[in-house]
Amino acid sequence: MATIAHDHHAPEGHAHAHEDHDHDHKPAFFQRWFMSTNHKDIGTLYLIFAIMAGVIGGAISGIMRAELAHPGIQYLGYFAELLGTHNPDMNQQLHLWNVLITAHGLIMVFFMVMPAIIGGFGNWFVPIMIGAPDMAFPRMNNISFWLTVAGFCSLLCSAFVPGGTGQGAGIGWTAYAPLSTTGAQGPAVDFAIFSLHLSGAGSIMGAINFITTIFNMRAPGMTLHKMPLFVWSVLVTAFLLLLALPVLAAAITMLLTDRNFHTTFFDPAGGGDPVLFQHLFWFFGHPEVYIMILPGFGIISQIVSTFSRKPVFGYLGMAYAMVAIGVVGFVVWAHHMYTTGLSEDVKMYFTTATMVIAVPTGIKIFSWIATMWGGSLRFTSPMVWAIGFIFLFTVGGVTGVELANGGLDDNLQDTYYVVAHFHYVLSLGAVTSLFAGFYYWFPKMSGRWHSEFLSYVHFAVFFVGVNLLFFPMHFLGMQGQPRRMPDITPAFEHWNQVATLGYKIMAVSMVIWFINIAYAFIAGKKAEGNYWGEGATTLEWTLSSPPPFHQFETVPVIKDEDHH
Amino acid sequence: MANNRRIAVMSAGLAVAMLGLGYASVPLYRLFCQVTGYGGTPMRASEGQAGQVRAVAGRTMSVRFDANVDAGMPWRFQPEANTQTVQIGQRTLAIYAAQNLSDRAITGAASFNVAPAEAARYFTKVQCFCFNQQTLRPHETVRMPVTYYVDPAILNDPDLKGVEQITLSYTFHVVPDAAAKGA
Repeated sequence: MATIAHDHHAPEGHAHAHEDHDHDHKPAFFQRWFMSTNHKDIGTLYLIFAIMAGVIGGAISGIMRAELAHPGIQYLGYFAELLGTHNPDMNQQLHLWNVLITAHGLIMVFFMVMPAIIGGFGNWFVPIMIGAPDMAFPRMNNISFWLTVAGFCSLLCSAFVPGGTGQGAGIGWTAYAPLSTTGAQGPAVDFAIFSLHLSGAGSIMGAINFITTIFNMRAPGMTLHKMPLFVWSVLVTAFLLLLALPVLAAAITMLLTDRNFHTTFFDPAGGGDPVLFQHLFWFFGHPEVYIMILPGFGIISQIVSTFSRKPVFGYLGMAYAMVAIGVVGFVVWAHHMYTTGLSEDVKMYFTTATMVIAVPTGIKIFSWIATMWGGSLRFTSPMVWAIGFIFLFTVGGVTGVELANGGLDDNLQDTYYVVAHFHYVLSLGAVTSLFAGFYYWFPKMSGRWHSEFLSYVHFAVFFVGVNLLFFPMHFLGMQGQPRRMPDITPAFEHWNQVATLGYKIMAVSMVIWFINIAYAFIAGKKAEGNYWGEGATTLEWTLSSPPPFHQFETVPVIKDEDHH
Repeated sequence: MANNRRIAVMSAGLAVAMLGLGYASVPLYRLFCQVTGYGGTPMRASEGQAGQVRAVAGRTMSVRFDANVDAGMPWRFQPEANTQTVQIGQRTLAIYAAQNLSDRAITGAASFNVAPAEAARYFTKVQCFCFNQQTLRPHETVRMPVTYYVDPAILNDPDLKGVEQITLSYTFHVVPDAAAKGA
């Protein structure tokens, strides 16, 4: 790992004090946070935004879990009233369910995971890890963030305007036609589509910014093959965003014109085909799931290496495994569409291609384990979260290989088995990597220590909660509980109650997390520059905590013998 | 900085190209379906091509006819016979009847599909009312022909072994007035 001998901003001492007076002058509050061009401030804004969006998206899933705990409809009427439907009839209550699943999906994907993992940690640490003073286009960085916020506002607006049967857009995060065209009159769906346009434009600009930064602004000696794996992961992710999001933009623009301007891209009456929308959506949608998880892979690689006090096992294999996942991720999309009438040969291709992805993913899992093997392990809170990630992600990966089978999927399509699978890789995989990264870097970002004790408690409670929440969904799915339905038969009640209990436990763990953050800001010890000590060798550990407002005024030089 | 701009412009170009590809997929997908019969899109043959196909003695296929109207389409639409048993390769005529139940002239366009989807590659139409838009005066009834044959190559397709019936389905949609004039 890169050990930088001569950085001007050594954590303690004279250089730092000098810094505060001359170069570390920060702009006034409004200018600093609303007109920010500083990658660290924008990263912080992204993280705060993602936490707020995550609380909203998480609360929505709480309503859904409460409703699913028992047969019948208990709570939807109350919440439909809250959204402005007076005396909602049963159809309007059920419409609210569609609105909730749509909002939960869109918020968690576009306004929680992506802003946190790419916008937050990516902005904060990609420039620092490659020895750059900032992103290549600081003003575009600012636009990316505020477009994401504007997109979120548009999505929130959609909940309060008519969307067909009731208030809000009830089209699922997949927005399949014809439900999203002729099936949902009213402006709510247009607001939801516009929200995706805005956040998509923001993400594409962010991707261009990351690609330019990583290609052009690396410190001397920081070759591509010496970049930390987190930077590699963001580079691959940026390319996925650049190639996938425009296809989504095209698809939802066609939806928009089908809805408002009498085009018939997806309307058979005019020669269109609704299945084409599914192809376009999943051509974006499958790379999208790698967009959400690849930066998590990068974070986990940094953490496992740090706390094993070893370089990552098989660095090049790790980097190119991510490239391979990205490339193959573009040619497997129809495994989301096995029941749309694909021929046997097409199904066989997509089954095989999908399973191929397990190979580079397996390389990553084994390399993490091999990094730990024989390492001098320290079970700090980020390491505990990282090991939790490896376990939980593997569970989700195994069910993914099962669902890749076209024959098996005919049976499991649109059941809770699928819900269990993608929550294991996302809300237990991506989110666990987010928390791992959070505890790894929080003292670096804030300059204050969180409580390690509370971090362990947070992990333990979260781990129990999410497993209790999502593991029973495997059973429910095998027994045939359909997803996207608010009502259950009494036969499904038992495991749904367990899942709802799991949700409550998970919610408690979130409270512990917020207490931990509050503790850090109120009573947390000051963090040193390299508070993890030996093993933490990437460039952010050569800076103070928090890093100076402008870092690397003396360009760091990476020596030949340094390795990642 | 010039170098930064170059990479940014190249990246943005890539994004725009993907946007274009998204739109290009619409005609490409249609072409793909027509060529391969993917998703149940039946084949189309000219009289000349149809004349070269020889019927296979002793091999028959049952064909079921399905008729639907889109929501808001005030037509009654049905096949005259629900099924036909045809010799494979034999050109056959089927008749659908449509009646305009409303008091105004309505132009309709039929979309069509074949099930099982794998059979679409072999289900070949020579003439069909669905090739053109149909305009019915108020309360007018018309009989509409379809000429088709089942391509003998179907006998060699392992995916379709054991398939004894093919369903041909039509759905009539209202063509908005402006579009009807243009057609």
